Amino acid sequence: MSSLADGMSDHDIDTSMHHDEMHEHDSQESEQPEDLTLSERPLDLAAVRAKLQSKSGPQYWRTIEELAEDPHFEALLHREFPRQASEWDEAVDRRDFLKLMAASLAFAGLSGCKSNEQTHLVPYVKQPDGMVLGKPLFFATAMPFGADAIGVLVESHEGRPTKIEGNPDHPASLGTTDAITQASVLNLYDPDRAQTVTFAGEIRTWSAFQDAAQVMAVEMKAVSGAGFRILTGTIASPSVAEQLQYLLKLYPQAKWHQWEPAGSDGTRDGAKLAFGRYVNTVYRVEKAEVILSLDSDFLASGPGHVRYMKEFYRRRKLDQFAEAHPAGSEMNRLYVVEPTPSVTGSSADHRLPLRFMEVEQFARALAAKLGLGGSGSLSSANEKWLDAVVQDLQKNHGRSLVVAGEQQPAEVHALVHAINGALGNIGNGVYYTEPVEDNPVNNLESLRELCADIDGGKVTTLLVLGSNPVYDAPHDFDFTSKLRKVPHTIHLSTHFNETSERCVWHVAESHYLETWGDARCFDGTVTVIQPLIAPLYHTHSASEVLSAFSDKPGLSGYDAVRNRLKAANPSGDFEKFWRKTLNDGVVANTAYPPLNVTPKFNAASLPPIPAMNPGELEFLFRPDPTIHDGRFANNGWLQELPKPVTKLVWDNAALVGPNTAWNLGITHTVAARGGEHGQIVSTVVDITVSNSKVTAAGWIMPGQAEGVVVLPLGYGRKKAGYTGTNKGFNAYAVRTSNALWRATAGSESVKKTGEEYSLGCTQYHFNIEGRKILSTGTLEEYKKNPGFAHEGDETPPKTFSLYQEFKYPGYAWGMAIDLNSCNGCNACVVACVAENNIPVVGKDQVLRGREMHWIRIDRYYNANTRTNDPRTNDNDALANPETFFQPVPCMQCENAPCEQVCPVEATSHSAEGLNDMVYNRCIGTRYCSNNCPYKVRRFNFLRFQDWETPQLKLMRNPEVSVRSRGVMEKCTYCVQRINNARIESEKQNRPIRDGEVITACAQACPAEAIVFGNANDPTTRVAKLKAQQRNYNVLGELNTRPRTTYLAAVRNPNPEMEKA
Amino acid sequence: MSTRPPYNTADARPVSPILEPGHTYASVTDKISAIVLTRPTSLGWVAGFALTFTLVMVLTVSVAWLVAKGVGIWGINIPVGWGFAIVNFVWWIGIGHAGTLISAILFLLNQQWRTSINRFAEAMTLFAVACAGLFPLIHTGRPWMAYYMFPYPSTMYLWPQFRSPLIWDVFAVSTYGTVSLLFWGVGLIPDLATLRDRAVTKPKQIIYGMLAMGWRGSARHWHRYQSAYLLLAGLATPLVLSVHTVVSFDFSIAIVPGWHTTIFPPYFVAGAIYSGFAMVLTIAIPLRKAYDLEDFITMRHLENMAKVMLATGLIVAYGYYFEWFMSVYSGNKFDLYLTKMRFHGPYSHFYYALILCNILTPQLLWFRKVRTNIPALFIMSLIINTGMWLERFVIVVISLTRDFMPSAWGRYSATFWDYATFVGTLGLFTMLLFLFVRVLPAISIAEMRELVRHTSGEHE
Repeated sequence: MSSLADGMSDHDIDTSMHHDEMHEHDSQESEQPEDLTLSERPLDLAAVRAKLQSKSGPQYWRTIEELAEDPHFEALLHREFPRQASEWDEAVDRRDFLKLMAASLAFAGLSGCKSNEQTHLVPYVKQPDGMVLGKPLFFATAMPFGADAIGVLVESHEGRPTKIEGNPDHPASLGTTDAITQASVLNLYDPDRAQTVTFAGEIRTWSAFQDAAQVMAVEMKAVSGAGFRILTGTIASPSVAEQLQYLLKLYPQAKWHQWEPAGSDGTRDGAKLAFGRYVNTVYRVEKAEVILSLDSDFLASGPGHVRYMKEFYRRRKLDQFAEAHPAGSEMNRLYVVEPTPSVTGSSADHRLPLRFMEVEQFARALAAKLGLGGSGSLSSANEKWLDAVVQDLQKNHGRSLVVAGEQQPAEVHALVHAINGALGNIGNGVYYTEPVEDNPVNNLESLRELCADIDGGKVTTLLVLGSNPVYDAPHDFDFTSKLRKVPHTIHLSTHFNETSERCVWHVAESHYLETWGDARCFDGTVTVIQPLIAPLYHTHSASEVLSAFSDKPGLSGYDAVRNRLKAANPSGDFEKFWRKTLNDGVVANTAYPPLNVTPKFNAASLPPIPAMNPGELEFLFRPDPTIHDGRFANNGWLQELPKPVTKLVWDNAALVGPNTAWNLGITHTVAARGGEHGQIVSTVVDITVSNSKVTAAGWIMPGQAEGVVVLPLGYGRKKAGYTGTNKGFNAYAVRTSNALWRATAGSESVKKTGEEYSLGCTQYHFNIEGRKILSTGTLEEYKKNPGFAHEGDETPPKTFSLYQEFKYPGYAWGMAIDLNSCNGCNACVVACVAENNIPVVGKDQVLRGREMHWIRIDRYYNANTRTNDPRTNDNDALANPETFFQPVPCMQCENAPCEQVCPVEATSHSAEGLNDMVYNRCIGTRYCSNNCPYKVRRFNFLRFQDWETPQLKLMRNPEVSVRSRGVMEKCTYCVQRINNARIESEKQNRPIRDGEVITACAQACPAEAIVFGNANDPTTRVAKLKAQQRNYNVLGELNTRPRTTYLAAVRNPNPEMEKA
Repeated sequence: MSTRPPYNTADARPVSPILEPGHTYASVTDKISAIVLTRPTSLGWVAGFALTFTLVMVLTVSVAWLVAKGVGIWGINIPVGWGFAIVNFVWWIGIGHAGTLISAILFLLNQQWRTSINRFAEAMTLFAVACAGLFPLIHTGRPWMAYYMFPYPSTMYLWPQFRSPLIWDVFAVSTYGTVSLLFWGVGLIPDLATLRDRAVTKPKQIIYGMLAMGWRGSARHWHRYQSAYLLLAGLATPLVLSVHTVVSFDFSIAIVPGWHTTIFPPYFVAGAIYSGFAMVLTIAIPLRKAYDLEDFITMRHLENMAKVMLATGLIVAYGYYFEWFMSVYSGNKFDLYLTKMRFHGPYSHFYYALILCNILTPQLLWFRKVRTNIPALFIMSLIINTGMWLERFVIVVISLTRDFMPSAWGRYSATFWDYATFVGTLGLFTMLLFLFVRVLPAISIAEMRELVRHTSGEHE
């Protein structure tokens, strides 16, 4: 494919279902086009391109000059319209001339009769099966992510993937997704993606690269691969792993190194310590009554987190659905011990902030209490806390679960395996399988070995697949200088990033929606990754790059995947199996069976933990909650996504607890522009750790253990693209190999620079000010009084309105949001952005308080503070506040304040009770927004949409208007989805069924917190939820009578703990 | 003419007349028409006009940039959807109240002192309404679609939404503007005829002649003129009360704490008259000085206006007091929080400044010494105008920063373009006044001649 436009039209022809055709197309591309010698006919661009494609290697250098000397090329340069169709170069004789003239005259006459000549566009000569123009199709594939993959169904409009939804058949998804998966579609259309192969920064063809690779391969073959090194991230793709192993066999001296900056060596080594071998840990969260997380954010990150979240919250549904209650079980209980508030910790029933090293002490003390030997020293208050937890765990023998965090050291993981063994959880709440990743190794040691080899001059060819070590390797490895010592460097990545610019060859990497591939998820299930679109640019997959170095160059990803599957399933009708696999999005029966292993680990064998100086600061490195380790830095949706707990956007900040902030002199001021809903000016500090320095903005984090400074990774990119470059500070700059997750230094290591920095924060006010917005209680309170949410209700009678009641003979759409199930993970927010073409406004506009999200997640602290300001807070109310999240979409009020004040009826009540926004009619007075008590309306203050970038045009959902400036917008309850369902139902002459309309937010929510449907019909899920006693209206006293209602959050604290 | 004064004559202080003695019909006509016809253009006028014209250019650029980029060039955001534009709109409309009040209500009440100030007060009203009318138009996100607000026969069969106070605004302000213009125009006819008759150059004769609409001063003319004027005065009177009442509905109909208050209509009207009189003073004091009109705009006028300001200022203070009282008495937690916020929140300095300007400063007007001290009055009029602007800022902006959901609370800060637009309308307003005094009689000649008759009778 030669250009974007070509790519599109090609794809339109062989849309999606016809994978075989697509595959043929791919293989054609890798073939050498037939040599189009410069014949008599004048050149056109296509011919020039073909000619350039045909040349490769050293020849190519001279081709331009050859071309330049070519008279035809000269002629081409001077032609007025070189892009137009080739000229008719046949000589015209008299007879032909007369024929043409006659025809021309005849046509001229015709056109005289009829001013507009009718033309017919033929989009498809043969329409693909099941394809109806204007109706999206869904294809199953998977997004690979570290040692996991999440199965997805991708919505495709005429061959353009626009929206990602979970695959209900996939074990890691069960139909839902997370924020990063939702946002990954933007990466496909990212205009900053690398688009072609380059050699020393100059554009090359793929065939040129293949030739060069083969030259290298021949050289390497001669020395049996000595000096050949491959660096990858974690590989969970069986076919890529197979190719890698094949290469290692082909070049016995070659080595494969792995480096995943936010990966978990602790998990790997912990398993080795406990079991003597690498195993993969899989949780069955649903089976656990009591869960203790030791600094693990298992609900929001790490392998399987979407499924874990789903299972976890299925155990927190209160008598709503029969299916939520397997065999008389009660609501589960979650304890979290962690240094910094995570999504998991913020939704815990009990949370204990401890410093990082104290978490290990805690684990040891827990092991000791369970009779596993060893000891851990805890303060008396924490000891009491632990006692209550131990009691609770022991009471639920075989029905509990202890989870260790990915950043925790191997010892903690080993202890947790032993603890789970002692609690009888193995085989119940947790089981072990073969590792999901191929060839698990300690990443740090692997990278260290590579660096040592480079220093030792042992590396001649380095192939980097996907990783970005120049940016994210420990800074004491100084990977930049290492790369200089390697003569042949090849980098495959989606963007031309920090590593790419220091490598000789760069191959643009295809997005997972453009390539064939496969991936294992957290329990071992394999999914075939099938492309939704032909590559937009000249991009290639890891599989294709690996094959270029093998003795079978030109092996496509498609063949690699198929061959592997064929080999694994020799019996039966493979084509049928293949089609079923593609259709289902999972390869049947590939989940790993549980291994029969028992932890053999003696806690007493652990060396004592070095004593901690209480005055010392602990610096923790954590992957960022939205852009992870930096790989999503150029994703505007994720950059503008408020981080779940801090609500910061576009930046990271050094997070410190309130008292530590006080000691370090870190303060916040609310800026006049934007204010609490936009701009917070924060103290800038120089942080000197491990002999290097980074300058960061500070951020006061209620609930963080004192003495801990968290440095989120992923920011400070120097070459990420337009969106991601130079945002925030680079925590990798102070991350060294001996302090990968935790560094310590005295308090003098954090120094105020005297400067200030504006941070974008979408919600600074955390105090609910005693208003009826959030209703919370404990399980005990709920059992005593299920209607506790209605205490002190002042809902006025319906007759209090001047206007007539609306009648709803048909549907009355409504939404119920279970606050008990929301942990603020943000999946709904990005799903809404993708579904509804919501623009990215940029940091400057967020600072002014103008972000555009139609659904926001409010975060409130239940803390007894006099003010909203953490810095003036001299008591310990914010040391460990209870945290609650509340998603706020449009309330679609029955008695809507917005509708009454719009002068032009641009927002009006639909027959089904939606507050419709009519963009064409809106003149932008913003009165509706002022009068909206929930402040869910969003205004296009400027032209926020990008109308120019062609890639972004492809990405948009064609069913939703792209709003221009000057109009108001807001949540529509995904009215386009309602209408699609209506059309279907009317075709079949039946009412819309419950569950047929699922809004984007509800679809994405792993916790099933959002339920949407027809509130008129008492049999629907939403109507049943609304009939619950926990159901309440936010600000019901205003008589707005919202359609979106909430179910009060119920926490399940341990009564023993309350006493302690 | 009572023989016995109502107070002890020993304590009586001299009351300045509404027209200094010694004026005849001719002297009045000469003096006023000279400003337009014969007086040379002063350097001060040229300088003033140049300055204000520059400000109008600032306005032009601001509006052009606004149309090109969108209202995002201002400081507004979510939650503060209305900022300077609406503050300025309400402020200008308020200023526009004094003119009609003076010309219509005082006319009906037969207050003769209104005569020498009504003409330019009405002109001021028109210019203020013009400035005010600009803001609702340009503050919309798509001003080129603002005609949707009018009930025109649309092919889409769409009408405005009559439940919205903004539509009421459209009618109230446009009616007010129209009636004020008519009233002013009708009042001008005899004077335009005077100017026509006194003009010496042909173009002036033609222009004033056309504008005078064939006025010949016949008894029949006068008869009809006075009926028409009286009728228009009657028509304009309710408008004085209705316009700001309707403007206040923009806020009181909404549910925003700090807006949703029943006291708003009277309190807005009083505030409007308060600021309107302050603006009349701001203009009258330099005007009488520059064009030697001390005989016509006497200390009596200034003092009366000061008294009106004191009275309306007290009503406004009562309004503030009742806002506090109701928030406490009603027990509405949102209102209560907002009231607390006004005193302690991030914008408290605005609120304290407002109390200083609008409540404390005018208390000085209880003293006659202050009421008759021209520089003091001038400064006070500026302070009150500032205070009234602050009042609208406090109502519009501060209420929006703290409404119902604490999670959505924000702040507002004006940008360069906010200020530029505001200053630009100040420029437009003053530029129009500069033009007005040079091309039309700033004081009604006809009515002043009538006054000569009345006052001479008084003195006899």
